[in-house]
Amino acid sequence: MSAAYPPSQQQYTSPIPVRRAHLGDALASEWTKIRSVRSTLWTLGVMVALMLAVGLLIAWAVSSVDTGSGETATGGEPVFVLGIYGVLLGSLCVVTLGVLTIASEYGTGMIRTTLTACPSRGRVLTAKAVVFFLLVFTVTTATATLVAAAQVGVIDGPEPTGEQWLRATVGAGLFVATLGLLALGVGALVRHSAGAITIMIGVILLPLVAGLFMMGTESLRGVQEFLFKYAIPSLLIGFYSESGLIDGGPHGWTPLGILAGLAAVVLGGAYLMLSRRDV
Amino acid sequence: MIEAVGLTKRYGAKTAVYNLSFQVRPGTVTGFLGPNGSGKSTTMRMILGLDQPTSGHVTIGGHPYRKLPNAPRQVGALLDAKAVHGGRSARSHLLSLAQLAGIPARRVDEVLGVVGLQSVAKRRSKGFSLGMGQRLGIAAALLGDPQVLLFDEPVNGLDPEGILWVRNLMKALAAEGRTVFVSSHLMSEMALTADHLIVIGRGQLMADMSVKQFISANSADFARVRTPDTEPTQREKLVTVLAEAGGQVLSEPDGALRITGLPLPRISDLAHGADVRLWELSPHQASLEEAYMRLTQGAVDYRSTDDRKAGLMQQQPPGYLPPQPQPVVPEVPQQGWYAPPPPGQNPYAGGQGPYAGAPAPQPPAGPPSATAPGAPVSGGPAPVPGPAVPADAPPVPQAPPAAAPADLSKNEDPR
Repeated sequence: MSAAYPPSQQQYTSPIPVRRAHLGDALASEWTKIRSVRSTLWTLGVMVALMLAVGLLIAWAVSSVDTGSGETATGGEPVFVLGIYGVLLGSLCVVTLGVLTIASEYGTGMIRTTLTACPSRGRVLTAKAVVFFLLVFTVTTATATLVAAAQVGVIDGPEPTGEQWLRATVGAGLFVATLGLLALGVGALVRHSAGAITIMIGVILLPLVAGLFMMGTESLRGVQEFLFKYAIPSLLIGFYSESGLIDGGPHGWTPLGILAGLAAVVLGGAYLMLSRRDV
Repeated sequence: MIEAVGLTKRYGAKTAVYNLSFQVRPGTVTGFLGPNGSGKSTTMRMILGLDQPTSGHVTIGGHPYRKLPNAPRQVGALLDAKAVHGGRSARSHLLSLAQLAGIPARRVDEVLGVVGLQSVAKRRSKGFSLGMGQRLGIAAALLGDPQVLLFDEPVNGLDPEGILWVRNLMKALAAEGRTVFVSSHLMSEMALTADHLIVIGRGQLMADMSVKQFISANSADFARVRTPDTEPTQREKLVTVLAEAGGQVLSEPDGALRITGLPLPRISDLAHGADVRLWELSPHQASLEEAYMRLTQGAVDYRSTDDRKAGLMQQQPPGYLPPQPQPVVPEVPQQGWYAPPPPGQNPYAGGQGPYAGAPAPQPPAGPPSATAPGAPVSGGPAPVPGPAVPADAPPVPQAPPAAAPADLSKNEDPR
């Protein structure tokens, strides 16, 4: 077979200096990707708008009905607990962005181009996760800080401690960004935007709804308690308050730890599947 | 250099590629041909490490793609022109790929110039035409200035000017000493671009040879003979005489005879000896397109059938029989153009099947009356007298042959 070929000429060598690509290059690439599509602007814009609007509206509403009887509007909880509605709604946008960050590459076939340009699949997923996490963390923390400052200014309540301040600002950013990472992991596993977004919204909302339906069913009490303790909205409430949604539920920094563990497991699965599966 | 050894890929019960072994050398354009669904794209994905072969392996410069040091600087690929995020501008798309591969950002503007997309660099690729998408894909492949280039159907959707540009680009890239591997289902395009051909059908290797060898091994000469229409007995007499002399005779739709296995002077002598007048005696040669059709006819996955409207027609009154022609001579097969290979003979078994050397053993037959004026079936590119060297193919081959069999029925371009 080989005898039929003409003698091999000198191989082409590129004049452009060859440099080994590393994780930093992948991070730069992912940053270019995430800032050059409109879905980023849309999802994060809607999230900021929701967090600000809901947070400020609730703060204003609570302060205007203040009875002045000495009882504080939030019942002894720090005023920041009113921020959870905005954060919960905003996190749905982040979940969408997290899924889209990876699943849109599968939807368009871009993933093949990406993995041809960088055969190290772990590096691509790491870069996506890091860039997405930092972006969401920054935006959420900034917005949460604004909302928290407004709440403290508008509502009379107990003076929040430094630790509560930290949780309501940086903590909110970490919580939402970690939830986004979970969505990114699900997106990498499912590889289908609509499917992964639906799964994530189900994961966030369904446990609590299911728990509500179990009201009054004595035999399912244990299950219901578990759902109320560990559903993602419950984790968020526990993260803001000092007691959790129901007594004994995780509160303080624990909910963030639980969420991070879940995200780590799903992302680990995504790494494993990405390196094994055909694309 | 790309080297595949025993490459096999199964998706469940379906075998997409089976035991494929070949080499792609630097300095030449190697065409990768096969009907739709024959496993070309799967093979390309395995070369790039995107799909894991079920068995066998493929290496580029001695390494599997995923172990290749600086892979994007050594290999560039166009897999699917529309494999870009439609919301991203052409420049951002290329910039992200350049950054990922550690290529300086100025290179992005360079390749945008090479493919002629500078003016739309800032536009979102959603609005790109198919041809612009192809150019963007080619730009991405050229980004790393690599030694090895893979193009999957690069001329899909390009206008004639674009096709010419791609053709010259491929040749120029190969002349620089690069390895250029181009897949296509258009034989005519490959005839003009490639120096070497790798032909697969149903995932198996059917031919691995230079374009010249491919033509001489797979095309068949034939003679067209016409006897006076007014005297059918003369025709029968000639058929008998020619068959006795060892020629294979097929009937063409317009009543002419197609004769293979006998040189023209001998046919003339035999006719003279049998006292038969001839109205036509002309030499024909199958083109490269026909050679390709002939080779892959058994390996076509998607074959169109006649649209008979069988269940929809009014029933003929009972007792009515449509006129049944009784052909004395076998008709030139209308579907697929060529008689199927004799049973038990697998035309694509292994690398050196019947196509590696001498002319193919089964009765050779070209397309029906490809050049006959007024013939009901018009073939692909008109065969010209003399050896059909690549330059003889038509200059603008992107239009599929009008009456080509089902090879082209499924357009690979998914839009």
